[in-house]
Amino acid sequence: MAETSILSTLGAVIRRDLLLALRRKSDVLTTLFFFVIVVSLFPLGIGPEMAMLRQIAPGVLWVAALLATMLSLPRLFAADHADGTLEQMALSAVPLGVLVTGKIVAHWLLSGLPLALLAPVLGLQFDLPADALGVMVLALLIGTPVLSLIGAVGAGLTLGVRGGGVLVSLLVLPLYVPVLIFGAGAVESHIGGLGATAHLSLLAAFLALAAFFGPWATTVALRIALE
Amino acid sequence: MLEASNLECVRGEKSLFRGVSFRLEAGTCLMVQGANGSGKTSLLRMLCGLSQPAAGEVRWNGAPIGKLAEDYRGELLYCGHAGAVKDELTALENARISATLAGAPVDEESARTALRQLGLKGREDLPARVLSAGQKRRVALTRLLLEKRKLWVLDEPLTALDRAAVTNLCGVIDAHLAGGGMVILTSHQELPLTGRVEHLRLD
Amino acid sequence: MSNRLVNWFKFASPQTFYPLAGKLIPWFWALTAAFGLAGLYIGFFVAPTDAQQGEGYRIIFIHVPASWMSMFIYLVMAFWAALGLGFNTRLSGMMASALAPTGALMAFLSLWTGALWGKPMWGTWWVWDARLTSELILFFLYLGFIALQSAIDDPRRADKAGAVLALVGVVNIPIIYFSVKWWNTLHQGASVSLTKSPSMAQTMLWGMLLMALAFWMYSIAVSLTRVRAIILERERHAGWVEELGEIRS
Repeated sequence: MAETSILSTLGAVIRRDLLLALRRKSDVLTTLFFFVIVVSLFPLGIGPEMAMLRQIAPGVLWVAALLATMLSLPRLFAADHADGTLEQMALSAVPLGVLVTGKIVAHWLLSGLPLALLAPVLGLQFDLPADALGVMVLALLIGTPVLSLIGAVGAGLTLGVRGGGVLVSLLVLPLYVPVLIFGAGAVESHIGGLGATAHLSLLAAFLALAAFFGPWATTVALRIALE
Repeated sequence: MLEASNLECVRGEKSLFRGVSFRLEAGTCLMVQGANGSGKTSLLRMLCGLSQPAAGEVRWNGAPIGKLAEDYRGELLYCGHAGAVKDELTALENARISATLAGAPVDEESARTALRQLGLKGREDLPARVLSAGQKRRVALTRLLLEKRKLWVLDEPLTALDRAAVTNLCGVIDAHLAGGGMVILTSHQELPLTGRVEHLRLD
Repeated sequence: MSNRLVNWFKFASPQTFYPLAGKLIPWFWALTAAFGLAGLYIGFFVAPTDAQQGEGYRIIFIHVPASWMSMFIYLVMAFWAALGLGFNTRLSGMMASALAPTGALMAFLSLWTGALWGKPMWGTWWVWDARLTSELILFFLYLGFIALQSAIDDPRRADKAGAVLALVGVVNIPIIYFSVKWWNTLHQGASVSLTKSPSMAQTMLWGMLLMALAFWMYSIAVSLTRVRAIILERERHAGWVEELGEIRS
């Protein structure tokens, strides 16, 4: 199969998933509202002292982003599995890995990207300075694709399994620990005056690693789930 | 040529069938028959390579299908119980998108022609949500016309179709066989086909 | 397929492995007892009292071997998983499932003894020490593996899905460990580290090694017992199982 044809199929899969999300907006919006609500609950639970809030802001935003991504994972393959589309993808002349990569990219565009764009607004609630907000967005832009890539493996493994929605969090959350550490660490170390470059580079390294292994492992998981 | 040798299927602890062998030549249709739960769908999924047989092997032109991977899938069209029709998309979008996913993108005009040929004229731009079960099945079957594949594996293609649509589908299958194609299908009804038909009973 | 390959697969078949494991298990139990008694004797009676930590430090004779085993078992599990995915051998998947509970037990034991040691040493049950935190995440990974396998009814699918998870986990463990260590140094959490025991005496090292061997033998004995149970459960309708003397009685 020619390279152009693979790329155009990849684009077509992404467009398809975006179109489907557009026709059913509530799925995407629920995830975003969840993110907003969880983040807004923290000041209520902890108290409104700004110094304290500034300190916990990066961690809170990142944990909420992990949970919101988590919430959207079961939907990644479930609908396509239920109506038989996934079988068709597995039998396509295009390698399944390409189609899966397209779906993961679309998942990021619909969950990770909006989270990253919303984060500065929520950061204001926590009195984060403007430059720290910039680092926060950058860290989320690099880190959230990793969440989608690792999450896809979990979603594939738990596809059609009893209690899959809860199970996926048990499988995937421990694997999210490095992203959480370096994502939140980037903002903290920027605020502390140490600069965020090292953290962001490591996040980018995780992204490269996850982009290499993630689609492959997801493909294997999906073939197992379809058997 | 598709060749199955000594296939065995195990579901849970029960062996559904064993020792299933056949050869399918170009221009032939294989009707798989058997009671509910005799393993018809499992057999078809094995032939597609979706599941692995507990024993035995499936070969396409002499090579095991597991080795051929995408090369085999490029010759294959599988239409399962679930039609892979999205409620949120229109009939036309469904037809074009499933062709693209299969690796054989088509332009709008040929998709419209195929939909008309299966009796969906005037329904092309309606969301699949408002279509009846039979009409959805017809949308799923447009893939037969759009993806130029050699081997068709159809699981209960007649489900929910009315008499006119059955005649229509038989015409499509006959044309495919006449052109040197192969068809494997399961059905509880007899299909009035004119081409060469062989039977396989699972018990 | 060559003859040699066929023979190799025959050796890996549950039918051949079942009686072999049955013969080996008593020996591993005997070794467990021997190493364990020797290790405990050294640990309790020979090893000197630590100048700074008093008698409480003796818990490392359990804590450290348990931590080692918990990590090592995950590696072994991933090895069997890879073998099972690669060659589609039934026994590999059974081995991986049999190892997981022992691995989880070791991780739990390591956390438990870590907490028991922490209380007298620095006055708190839990510190976010890099080692302990990684161990906690490893424990979660084991739980995820066990939960996934028990949620899937079809044993073949459960084996394969577990294998993918174990492999993803084994790629991640070094990354997690390294991340947690970095995080720990940045936040300057625990001032006392479990790993930096001041210059360990020779006898302590011996005690620890013997205990590690005992844990190792115990893990093998228990996993073999468990794998035999799994074989019986999965192959209960196979002819050779029905002919087993121990089953018929």
